[in-house]
Order: sequence, then structure tokens, then C-alpha cells
Amino acid sequence: MSLIISQLFNGLQTGSVYALVALGYSMVYGIILLLNFAHGDIIMVGAYTAFYAMTAFHLHPIVSALLAVIVSTLLGVVIEKVAYTPLRSAPRLSLLITAIGISFLLENGAQLLFGADTKSMDVIVPGNVTIGSTTVSYAAILTIAVAVVSMAALTFLVQKTRLGKAMRAVSEDMGAAQLMGISLNKTISFTFAIGSALAGIGSVLYLCAYPQASPTMGSMLGLKAFIAAVLGGIGSIPGAMIGGFAIGLLEALVAAVGLSVWKDGVVFAILIVVLLVKPTGIMGHKVTEKV
Amino acid sequence: MTKKKAPTLSREERQLTPIRIPMPLRYLINAVLVFALWLVINSLIGNGTITNYWSGILITIGINIILAVSLNVATGYLGQLPLGHAGFMAVGAYTGGIFMRATPAADLIKAGDTAGALPYVLIALVLSAIVAGLFGLIIGIPALRLRGDYLAIITLGFGEIIRVILTNIDSVLGFKFTYGAAGLKRIPKFSSFTLVFVCVVITCLVIHMVMKSRHGRAILSIRENEIAAESSGIPTTYYKTFAFVLSAVFAGIAGCLYAGYIGSLYPSTFKFMKSIEILVMVVLGGMGSMLGSVLSASVLTALPELLRSVDDYRMVAYSLALVVMMIFRPKGLMGSYDFSMSRCLEKALNFLFRPKLRKKKDKSIGKGAGKDE
Repeated sequence: MSLIISQLFNGLQTGSVYALVALGYSMVYGIILLLNFAHGDIIMVGAYTAFYAMTAFHLHPIVSALLAVIVSTLLGVVIEKVAYTPLRSAPRLSLLITAIGISFLLENGAQLLFGADTKSMDVIVPGNVTIGSTTVSYAAILTIAVAVVSMAALTFLVQKTRLGKAMRAVSEDMGAAQLMGISLNKTISFTFAIGSALAGIGSVLYLCAYPQASPTMGSMLGLKAFIAAVLGGIGSIPGAMIGGFAIGLLEALVAAVGLSVWKDGVVFAILIVVLLVKPTGIMGHKVTEKV
Repeated sequence: MTKKKAPTLSREERQLTPIRIPMPLRYLINAVLVFALWLVINSLIGNGTITNYWSGILITIGINIILAVSLNVATGYLGQLPLGHAGFMAVGAYTGGIFMRATPAADLIKAGDTAGALPYVLIALVLSAIVAGLFGLIIGIPALRLRGDYLAIITLGFGEIIRVILTNIDSVLGFKFTYGAAGLKRIPKFSSFTLVFVCVVITCLVIHMVMKSRHGRAILSIRENEIAAESSGIPTTYYKTFAFVLSAVFAGIAGCLYAGYIGSLYPSTFKFMKSIEILVMVVLGGMGSMLGSVLSASVLTALPELLRSVDDYRMVAYSLALVVMMIFRPKGLMGSYDFSMSRCLEKALNFLFRPKLRKKKDKSIGKGAGKDE
């Protein structure tokens, strides 16, 4: 029983990271229908930032975390301005290939700058708490708490503020939103900023769970977060949260049964099943294509 | 053809009829040129002008050409973005590798009896093509129900699953089959330059012929507008699957040749990165241009070898090129232009023997170019 509960917490911990990253995918897809492949690599940059802030400059973890969030946010906006804005009216395929290009540029750039090896550091949040017979790490509790707070803040932002309203309007109908006087550029940049900031938070939480950074850490994490977004229904914010937690729990479950080498395979199989059975995901709406 | 018609036409009329090279002759010209190319390279390898090192690179170029041209079917002609091409290559490579290890071909090749091993090699190639094609069918039927980004992701997922299976299948089966992450080793090295060359020619020929046929036009129409194509009565699902399987079949052949060239296979070779590398070749060359795929596959394979010292920057340059290309020239270097030897010959012949036509044609060419701009 205690094993199940601690696995549950493990699952929720990784799930929180997936959920935060999935939100970024989902928001960007909801607004410009782009699968932002580079999103996973923004996490990697955020993780390196936090890593070097803590190991090389010995900054306080909270300061490092803020720094990571700021760097990720800036990076996200810069990518959007440089690579995606010129292609806004281009075919979807070009945009997708550009996103893949940016993703590989970041990965290989990081490999050149920081080396291909995995860099490890000390555990950021040490210690465990024991309740009854189950042991849960502080890091897991912190991760889940931060994720929940961020998601609550995001929901507030999207539902209650003017900018959130603009975001929802643009994702509903870009042309009509523009006619109503909403600045497309500003809103899209803002979406990228929010998504990347969440990725930055995710990267620090990831470092709490696995205190190491490598140039390719973002690609698998990003892919799984993307699967979480698809599972929840891409474009839907609550969907991304549900999907993230679901994928995290599923992975913990697969690991608990002793099939951890098949973990990635199972996650991709889930993706395929979801796409075939219900491509709109749990919370998504079906959009009919107009000719 | 021109000879037969000659008596019925007056001299004047003949002067105004452009020279057309008849179809069989076109094939003959191309066949002769291809054979000449093979003869030149092969004799250069034979007398040692092309060193062993460079003939190895030529083989790699050939394999990459097959990969790029085959991915071009799905990306350039069909207009989809599959990201699991390395997966099909892996299937072909492991099929070929496992088959060749099981046959007596290894001893024959070691003994220098390449002619004796040839039947096994051919069976291995056909087998990899069939198995990769089957995988293409299994993956294509469900995947092609989806469009655009979803298709990209689902093929990526399948590609990764194939890799995970190759790594872990042994523990499930309970006997050594793919040898997992340790790698499938001691595959007889059967990929000679001639074999790869022949495979490249066959690949290009088959894909060219398919694309020039009714079926090819159906595939192109899906790229241009799927809904319009469907409304015109083209069975889009059938043709999408067909193009996808065609693409997978040749990726399988390339994989088999790769197995026979490199001699040992590791699942990590066929990562997502490999799929992207092939995609870069297609995109840079020009989606929908076979010449573009061939050229960029050759250049992108040879260039890193020439620039060994800056190999670290290779992938950075690739990805940068991809982004810059999409922003400034989204059609790729060649666009959808394809080279035709006979067309060039016809132009030259017309230029030489039809001076009257020359003036006329110049005008019409000028007009045509004006329209395109």
C-alpha cells in the first residue's frame, strides 16, 4: 500500500512537469495552430540556466528559478518573433519544419556550448517526509504545489483578465479578433511568453526531480508533454492539465509493474490510440473544416 | 517518327514542327548515360583513383539518395510530413541483417564469391522491401486518417516505438533476435558500389514512372487540394496509403543496403535525429523535386566528410539552414523543378536544326516566363 502511494506521488510529480509543459504546447496550438517543437528545448535552456546559476554562480535556488523563468520567457518570445512571425501566412508545413529546425538548432547549439555530456548537481530540495509508513520527498510535494498554483494563476489570467480575453478571442477567430481591435502580434507574443514561462517553471521542477541537465533532455520531455496535450485535447487548458497528470501517473504505473524499459513505448502507444479513437482528446472540440 | 511523317509534310511545315525524341529513344538515352556514369565511377574505383574511403562515401551517398527520394514521395508529392522515416529504414535494415546472418552468404562473401551470394542479397533486399512496406501499410492506414501535424506526430510515435521494440524485444521473446542495444553484429558486408548504384537507379526509375502515371497525378492532386481531389472522385485514402507504402518500401531497401554496408546495427542509429536528417535533405533540395533530393543528399553527405574539422557544427548548420530556407525560400533550392535529359536534348536539337522555330519559340518562352513571374 505504501509503495502504491509513493508511486502515486512520483507519478503526480512528473505529471506536474508534463502538465506545465503541455500547457505551453496547448496554448500555442490553440492560437496559431502550430505544433511548437521547440517548446521542449526551451525547457532544456531553462534547466541549463538554473543549473549554471546554482552551480557556477552559487545563487539561491529561488533566484535561479526566477532567472530560468525569465530566460525561457525571453527565448520563447524571441523565437516567435524571429522564426514564426514571418511565416504566419505560410503553409502549415513550412511552419512545422521551421519549428523542427529551431528545436534542433537549440539542441545542437547547447551541445556545442555546454558539451554533449549530462551534467549532474546536488539535490536541490533534500529530505523526505514520512506519514505513517509512506515516504514522500519534499521535492515531490513542492513540485505538485507549485504546479497547482501556476495552473490556478493561469486559469485566472485566461478567464478574468483583458489579455486572457484577447487570447481566447484570437484562438476562436483570428480575423474577427483583429477586426475588433485586438492586436494580433501582441496577443500571440503574450501567449508564447506565458507558455515559455510555464516551461521555465517546469524546467526548474524537473531539476528538482532529476538534478541533471543535458542538451537532449528537452526532446523526450517535450514529446511526452505534447502527448499529454493531445490526450487532454489540444488547445484546451484544463485538458492539458488532466493529460499531464494522466501521462505522469501512467508512467509511474508502468514502472511500478516492472516494465520501465517500455515506458516510452507505452506513452507513444497511448498517443496513437488516442489519435485513432478520439483525435480531439478528452476535452477538445471537434472543428469542422470549411472549404 | 519524324521519318515516317516526313513525306506528308512540306519542307516549310517540317521546319516549323519541333523535334520530339520518341519515348523508347528517351529511355535508351537515359539508360546509356546511367550506364556510362556507372562505368566511369566503377573504373575509377577499379584503378584506385577513388580510394576505398571515398567509395565508402559514395555508397553512403547512394543510400541517402534512396532515403531522400523515397521520403520525397510522402513529403514532396503527397504533401504530408511523416517523421518516422528512420523507423522504416530500421525495419529494412534489421530484416536484411537478420536474414543475411541466417544464410550461408556470409561465408560466400568472405571467400570472395560475390556472385554466389547474389541470390541471397537479392532475397534480402526484396524481403526488407516487403517487410518495410507491410509496416508502412500497418502504420499508414491509421495514420493517414489524420492530417498535417497529427500525422507528423503519429509517425514520429511509430518511429520511436519501432526503436523501443528493437531495443527491448529480446527480453520478451526470450532468445536473441535483434540483440537489443548491444547491436546486431557480424552482418556480411554485401553492399558493393554497383549494388547500391543499381538500387538507386531502380528507386529513381520506379518513383519517376509512378509519378508520371495516372496514379502519380492523383497523388499530386491530393497535395494541391485534398478536398477538391476527393470531390473529383479520386480515392484519397487509397492513394495516400499507396504513396506512404511506396515511400516505406524504398526506405526499407535503403536500410537493407545500410546493414550490408556498415555490418552492425544499433537501435540508437535510427533515432528521431535520423528522420530529421533525411527530412533536411528533402526540404533543402526542394519538396517535390527528385533532382533536388538527389543533389542535396549527395552534397549533405559528402560535405561533412570534406569538412571533418568542423563536424561539430554540422547539425547546427543543418538546423539553421532549415529555418533560413523556410523563411526565405520555402520551396527549397530546386523548387519542384526536375531535370530531364531528353528535354535538354530536344531543346538543343531544335536550336540547331529548326532556326525558324527558334525565333518563334523565343517569343513564346519570353511570354511564358512573364506569366510565371
